[in-house]
Amino acid sequence: MEVLLFGIAKDIVGKPSFRFEGEDAPPSSVSELKKRMKAAFPELERLSSLAVAVNSEYAEDGQSLKQGDEIALIPPVSGG
Amino acid sequence: MKQKTTIEIVDQIDVSQVYGELSHPHSGGVCVFVGSVREFTQNEQVMALEFETYKAMALKEMAKIADAASQKWTLNRVVLRHAIGKKEVGEPVVVVGASSAHRDACFEACRFLIDTLKERVPIWKKEIFKNKSVWVSATP
Repeated sequence: MEVLLFGIAKDIVGKPSFRFEGEDAPPSSVSELKKRMKAAFPELERLSSLAVAVNSEYAEDGQSLKQGDEIALIPPVSGG
Repeated sequence: MKQKTTIEIVDQIDVSQVYGELSHPHSGGVCVFVGSVREFTQNEQVMALEFETYKAMALKEMAKIADAASQKWTLNRVVLRHAIGKKEVGEPVVVVGASSAHRDACFEACRFLIDTLKERVPIWKKEIFKNKSVWVSATP
């Protein structure tokens, strides 16, 4: 499972995407994804907010994730 | 016929384009907001801004904002356009606007368009100072 990264999240992780691989199952929900990303990259905790997009739509914490979804971390937006 | 709604993410904004896109025979008012690169942030001199986006999602969110505005007000045309990449002081980075029969609707819609864009659209801005660069609003 791949997670797209932008803005400060990309800088914190150090690359434009992060892949869950190996023996652990990939996160099955938005909240689990956030928890595991924050555990792996504690600096994500410092952000004012952290949202997740699933298939390019904002997703609620309870939403489940499945193989093939396009997933992205959305740090605080600052367009305009 | 021109499209009712214009949604774009571009490398460079040409502000002279927007009047043609918003003008409409049934519109008596056209209201436009242009956001540009400001030289000072809290007394610190900004050299440039750098914008990046999650484009597929940003275009979807911008289209939703245009739809929401068209539900709230009777609009003949709506434009939301944002630039990405490195922008120097004075350059336009975002242009939004609406046209309507009378001015109240387009003034209110224009404010809604830019405020909601800033809240929801996945675009990120980095301020580049002389000796550092900072992602805007990222941390409290």
